[in-house]
Amino acid sequence: MSPTFYLYLSAILFTIGALGVLLRRNAIVAFMCVELMLNATNLALVTFSRINGTLDGQIMAFFVMVVAAAEVVVGLAIIVAVFRTRRSASVDDANLLKY
Amino acid sequence: MTLPALSPLDAGHLAAATLTPAHSSGVFSATWLLVAIPLFSAAILLLGGRRTNRWGHLLGVAAPVASFVLGVILFFSLIGKPSSSRSFDNHLFSWTFVGNFRADANFQIDALSICFVLLITGVGSLIHIYSIGYMAHDPGRRRFFAYMNLFVAAMLLLVLGDNFVALYIGWEGVGLASYLLIGFWYHKPTARTAATKAFVVNRVGDFGLSVAIMLMFTTFGSFSFADVFGAVGQGDHATVAAIGLLLLLGACAKSAQVPLQSWLGDAMEGPTPVSALIHAATMVTAGVYLIARSNPIFDVSSTARLGVTVVGAVTLVFGAIIGCAKDDIKKALAASTMSQIGYMMLAVGLGPAAYVFGIAHLLTHGFFKAGLFLGAGSVMHGMNDEVDMRRYGGLRKLMPLTFVTFGLGYLAIIGCPPFAGWWTKDAIIDAAFHKGGTSGAILGSAALFAAGLTAFYMTRVMLMTFFGERRWSTEGPDAVHPHESPSVMTGPMIVLAIGSVGGGAFLVLGNRLTDFLGPLLGRPEDADFHPVGAYGLATLGVMVVGVGWAWLMYSRRRVPAVAPAANPLVVAARRDLLGDAFNESVFMRPGQYLTRLLVFFDNRGVDGFVNGFAAFVGGTSSRFRRMQTGFVRSYALSMFGGVVLLVAALLMVRG
Repeated sequence: MSPTFYLYLSAILFTIGALGVLLRRNAIVAFMCVELMLNATNLALVTFSRINGTLDGQIMAFFVMVVAAAEVVVGLAIIVAVFRTRRSASVDDANLLKY
Repeated sequence: MTLPALSPLDAGHLAAATLTPAHSSGVFSATWLLVAIPLFSAAILLLGGRRTNRWGHLLGVAAPVASFVLGVILFFSLIGKPSSSRSFDNHLFSWTFVGNFRADANFQIDALSICFVLLITGVGSLIHIYSIGYMAHDPGRRRFFAYMNLFVAAMLLLVLGDNFVALYIGWEGVGLASYLLIGFWYHKPTARTAATKAFVVNRVGDFGLSVAIMLMFTTFGSFSFADVFGAVGQGDHATVAAIGLLLLLGACAKSAQVPLQSWLGDAMEGPTPVSALIHAATMVTAGVYLIARSNPIFDVSSTARLGVTVVGAVTLVFGAIIGCAKDDIKKALAASTMSQIGYMMLAVGLGPAAYVFGIAHLLTHGFFKAGLFLGAGSVMHGMNDEVDMRRYGGLRKLMPLTFVTFGLGYLAIIGCPPFAGWWTKDAIIDAAFHKGGTSGAILGSAALFAAGLTAFYMTRVMLMTFFGERRWSTEGPDAVHPHESPSVMTGPMIVLAIGSVGGGAFLVLGNRLTDFLGPLLGRPEDADFHPVGAYGLATLGVMVVGVGWAWLMYSRRRVPAVAPAANPLVVAARRDLLGDAFNESVFMRPGQYLTRLLVFFDNRGVDGFVNGFAAFVGGTSSRFRRMQTGFVRSYALSMFGGVVLLVAALLMVRG
């Protein structure tokens, strides 16, 4: 099977993730979409590694996973904190920091 | 000394004008001390502060007296030299060199300077002594003496400098001292305003003098009297005329001549000794000195000379008319000063025929006018500083010494023979008529007419002050107790009165002054004095008419306690012949409109552009600000769009 298909899948997942971030109001869903984009990226990196026959992409993917894990911890904490004060997980409700 | 070829008529005079000063030796090398002594004293009194309060006035008197003694020594040394070599320079140091620009601290002493030195230090010393009594109860007496000494130093520098820059420094120095002394009682708003006014009006004249000096430098390449006067014959005629007229502008302001006369009346806000020394005897005659000193310039330019005679003739009538209407004794005397200086200006404008008469009148005027002012001060001293003559009257018996000394000064100024003014004023009127032609007749008639007015207004002052019924009381809220002044005040008045009596005869008889000043200023063709010429009789005639008229108006009739309604001329004369009104409508109002226009342009034009630009930036940014919506998703969209753009750009570049 040609590795190119993995790249197509990666692009589709990334697009779904990006659209989810832009269109969904629920913070948890938007957050999951961010994770989806990260994982799409990981898929692309691993594919590139496979195509080029080097390990660079895979190593990079590990880095992304570690960062994503850390990000999830912080991000979820923020979302929980916002929900506690506002009784809402909608990203559009947290709009006080503006002009 | 080589001279260009000259016609025989001019030779004597021009040779005299370019008299080269010899380098000073012996006593003449002390010339600079004349200036240094009062300057040093002023510095001590000003820097020493309150510590010098106790003895400050004594030092203040000692300084001009020391200068006077030195001046007398120099005078007799000068007399001892042959008349063709009576000019000595005293080089102190070279002040500044820049390229061709060279200004030296040089003093020059000659016949003309020494006349002024003796007048300034002699009359100055007397007035300083008088001030001890006059200012006895003033808390600022030390400061007063410091300023007076500063004035004496500056005035001496003015007449002793051998170049126009030194003269200019002295010129500004006397202006400063005049400003400080007019505003001496600075707690009075009127005194402050008067001081500022004198300073501002003098600025107009100083502008003329400074431009004249610059013009001399560009034309002749030097500031020194010897260089400028030596080269003036070769100068472009129009340039020399311009220099002469600019010098005249300077002289007009300093000597309170029309059209820059308006400051002198208000200057009477200063203490009376200041009025006597600065605004009667010395500083205001600096303009006459300037014209007389610059005689080679005016000899070349008949235009400039005509200007001087016109200014003199207009002012002598102008001042006399104002003098007739003033009720304030000092302002009446100030108007009289203006008028008398007009006579001097007329004389120095007539050229070599009358230079000497102008200086002679200046010297006698220095005596009798200083005496009159000191007399007025003595009256004020006894009358609780009242200056309104309508509240005087009958003081003859109460102030006998003041009355007699004032009376002798009065006889001198109206030209009653054989008092000082008669000798010198008649000579000027005579010279004006002898100018010949229509202009001579006009100038002479103006001078003759003003002589009558002089007799009128001075008789008026005399009658309102010393004769008639008493218009004051020793009881009630305005109670006064007139008394004779202490001898420290009457002493100088007596000395000045002696000068008013004998000064004219001393200077004129035997051609003393003419012989002394002749080599420098040129001899009048008709130097011998004719006491009873046709014009002399006419002058006596108008004098008698003036005195008689005043006697009819102010002795036969009661003097009302408030100024009565009068015809328009008198009303105008009470307001200084509308001099202030003229300045206000012609210079002040247009100036105000101009500043308002400029302020409008500044507010709407310059500020408008700057503020408009700021508003534009502010408005634009407040629109851009709206992009910060606070919705995270819209930020994410713009980030996403940005990344897409970047990647697209990257791909295109790598293409």
